[in-house]
Amino acid sequence: MAYTISRPKLNFAEKVYLPAIITGLGITIRHFINIVTGKTKVTMQYPEEKWDKKLPPYYRGAPTLVKDEYGRERCVACQLCEFICPPRAITIHAGEIPEKDRWRKVEKFPKEFEIDMIRCIYCGLCEEVCPEQAIFLRKDYAITGLTRQEMVHNKEKLYELGGVMTGLVYKWNDKK
Amino acid sequence: MSAPTELLNVQIDGVWYQFKKGTRVIEACAQAGKFIPHYCYHPKLSSPGNCRMCLIEMGMPKTGPDRKPELGADGKPVISWIPRPQISCAQDITEGMGVRTDSSLVRECRHGVMEFLLINHPLDCPICDQAGECHLQEYSVEYGTAGSRFLEEKVKKPKRVELGPRVTLDDERCILCSRCIRFMKEIAHDDVLGFASRGSHTYLTAHPGKRLDSNYSLNTVDICPVGALTSTDFRFKMRVWFLKETKSICTSCATGCNTIVGSRENVIYRQTPRENDAVNSAWMCDYGRLNIHYVNSPDRLKFPQVREAQGLANVSWKTALAKAGEELKQFQRNSVAVVASAKMTNEELWLTKKLIDSLGTVYHDVVPRAGQADQLLMSADRNPNTLGAQLFGITSEYPGSKLREMTEKIASGEIRAVVALGEDLTQIGLAESDLKKLTALIVVGILPNETTRNASVLLPACAFSEKRGTMINIKGRLQRLNHATLAPGEARDDWEIIRDLLQQLTGSNGIYLIDDVFKEIAETIPEMTGLSFGRIGDHGVQLVEESEDAQPVAMTV
Ligand code: SF4
Ligand code: SF4
Ligand code: SF4
Ligand code: SF4
Repeated sequence: MAYTISRPKLNFAEKVYLPAIITGLGITIRHFINIVTGKTKVTMQYPEEKWDKKLPPYYRGAPTLVKDEYGRERCVACQLCEFICPPRAITIHAGEIPEKDRWRKVEKFPKEFEIDMIRCIYCGLCEEVCPEQAIFLRKDYAITGLTRQEMVHNKEKLYELGGVMTGLVYKWNDKK
Repeated sequence: MSAPTELLNVQIDGVWYQFKKGTRVIEACAQAGKFIPHYCYHPKLSSPGNCRMCLIEMGMPKTGPDRKPELGADGKPVISWIPRPQISCAQDITEGMGVRTDSSLVRECRHGVMEFLLINHPLDCPICDQAGECHLQEYSVEYGTAGSRFLEEKVKKPKRVELGPRVTLDDERCILCSRCIRFMKEIAHDDVLGFASRGSHTYLTAHPGKRLDSNYSLNTVDICPVGALTSTDFRFKMRVWFLKETKSICTSCATGCNTIVGSRENVIYRQTPRENDAVNSAWMCDYGRLNIHYVNSPDRLKFPQVREAQGLANVSWKTALAKAGEELKQFQRNSVAVVASAKMTNEELWLTKKLIDSLGTVYHDVVPRAGQADQLLMSADRNPNTLGAQLFGITSEYPGSKLREMTEKIASGEIRAVVALGEDLTQIGLAESDLKKLTALIVVGILPNETTRNASVLLPACAFSEKRGTMINIKGRLQRLNHATLAPGEARDDWEIIRDLLQQLTGSNGIYLIDDVFKEIAETIPEMTGLSFGRIGDHGVQLVEESEDAQPVAMTV
C-alpha cells in the first residue's frame, strides 16, 4: 500500500530561505554576546571547580562497602556481587567469624574484598544484587592511581570510602 | 537367565506407558519425563515417605460387578481416582494405575508442603554453602510463594554444631528428611544419627556419646538436600556456582571411585562422588575425597633442575632432558634401576616399560602401598593402578618384591643410577647417604622430598587432576582421568617427560599426543583391543571379568 504524504505548502519567503537564515544568525549572535559579556556560562573549570553539589541522588560513583550504625560490616561474603559483576572486577576471600565474636550468628565475613577499579564499569549491578545491603555505589568519581596495584581497592579502602549507612534492614539482630 | 521382566501399563498425566514391574511410582514418572520434586526419597536408600513433597494423585482401575476392569471408549481401563493425594516414593506401580503429577490438587499440595518447610527456615542462603545446589531453594522458586504468611517467631535450634571431625551441622536448616540417618544406618552401617525432641522442635543430633566420625561421613553432606550438613573442609571456601566440574576418578586407593572435581581458576576446592553402579554406587570415602589439597600446595615443584656445583639450579627443559639422557647413556644395563609408581597412568607406565626395555635393566618395580581394607569401598591396595603396572610388566604378581634386591644393590654401589618416577626412595628403605652415592638420580615428581633434594636431574610433573590418562582399578575396570586444572610453573605431563627421556635414548618415536600412546597400547595389549579414550567413556569399561574374590566388596547398591 502506498501512502500519500501531504507536503506543507511553502510561501515565497520560506522558499527563498533567506529570512530563516537571518533569524538563525540572530540567535547565534545573541548567544555570542551573552557569553562574551559573561551572562551565560557553559564550561566548568574542572578540577579547580567541582560539580559534586550538582550530582543527582541516583549518581553511580565508585562501589564501596558500608558498615551499619552498630559498626557491623554488612557483607557476609556471599560472593553474589563477584558473580554478577560483568567485567569481573571483584575478588572475595571468605572467612569464618569466631564463636566468641559479638556477631558470631552471622558466621561468615569477607577476609579480603577487592574491587579492581581499572575493571569496574560503574554499572551498579553489585549494589543491586547484594542481599545484605552491604555494597553501595557512592559519589566518588575521581578514582586515580599511579600503579595498577593502587587501583585495586582492598577491603580497608572500600570501608573507608563507604563509611556508615543507616536505616538498613537488620536481619541478623538477635531477635530474628 | 531369569524370566523376562513383566511390563505393567500405567497412565501418567493421561498418557499410557509401560514400565518394568517393581518400578517405584516416582521413578516411573521420571522415566516418563515427569519430574516429581522430593526431599527424603533417595534411590539408594529406603523410603520412609516423610517429607510429603512427592504427593501426587493416584488412581486404580475401576472394576465392574464381574470384578474385571471396566474399559473406556479407548479400550483402556477406566481409572477411579483416590480422593486424597498419595506419596509416590514408597509405592511400586501396579497394572492399570493412573497418576496425575500436575493437577491443581498436586500443585496445591506442593505449595502447602513448601510453606510448612519454610516456616522455621532461617534466611541463611547468603552464608549457606548449599546455596546454588539447594533443593529447598530450587523447589521454592518452582513450587513455593515469594512471601511468608508466618508472623510468629521462628524456632531457634543449634547452629554450627560439630557433628564429627569433618561434618558441621546447622539444625535450623534441617528439613528432617532423615536421609543422613538412613545413609549411616543402611550404607555405612554406623548408626550414629537420630532425631530428638518433638514437633517444630525436632532436631538432628548424634546419639549420646557418639560422633559422626565414620570414614563415609561426608556422603551425608552430599545427600543432604539442604545446607544442614556441610563439609568442614569445604565450609566457606567457595560458592558452588563458581566451580568447574570435571569428571574424574579418585586416585587414593585401588577402588577408583568415580568423582567430580570442583575447581575454580586452577584451585581444587572439593571432590564429590559420581554415580557408577559398577564401582562405587553413589558414594566415596572421606579419606579419598579430602586427599586433594596436596595438588594446590605452594611447595609444588615448578621448574626443571639439574645438579650443579652449588646444588640444584633451574634450567630449561631442553637442558634438563639432555643432561638426563647423557647420564643414562653412561651406564651398563644392570647398573640402572627404575623405581616406578602404581599411581602412574597406563600411558605413563607403557612408556616407562619402553624406557626400561631400552635401558635393558632387570631392576624395575613399583612401590606397594598397603592399608586396611574396609568392607565398603576402600581397598587394602592404596595404589590406584597396580593392575596397570602388572599388565605392562613394570612389576610382577607381587608388587614391590624386587625392591629389596634393588635397595641392597643401590646401597652396595652396584646400581649407580636410578630413575625415580613419582616415588620417594627413602620410603623403600634407602638412607639419604645411599642416594648421595648414586652417580645419577633422575627424579620425576610433584612435591619436594629427600629424593628430589638429592636428584641429579629433577623433572616436575603433574598431579592427578592436571592430566588425562587411564587407570585400571582392582576389579579390572579401565577408567579415565580428566584434566581439571593446570600444572604450576613449567611442570609437564608425566607421559611427555617419560617420552622425552625415551627419545634421548632412542631418538624420535613419533608420539605427539596422549591419544597416540593409547592407540599404541590398544594395538598391542589384547585386553585393550579396539578401545580409545572416547570408548572408555565416563563410566569406564570392564577389561577382565570380575572375579568373585576380588576385593573390595562392592557396597550394597
Ligand atoms: S559497579 Fe558493576 S563493574 Fe563495578 S564492581 Fe559493581 S558490578 Fe562490578
Ligand atoms: S557485598 Fe553483598 S553481594 Fe557482595 S559478597 Fe558482600 S553480601 Fe554478598
Ligand atoms: S538450606 Fe537452602 S534454603 Fe536453606 S539457607 Fe541453605 S541454601 Fe538457603
Ligand atoms: S541433616 Fe540434611 S539429610 Fe539429615 S535429616 Fe536434615 S535435611 Fe535431611
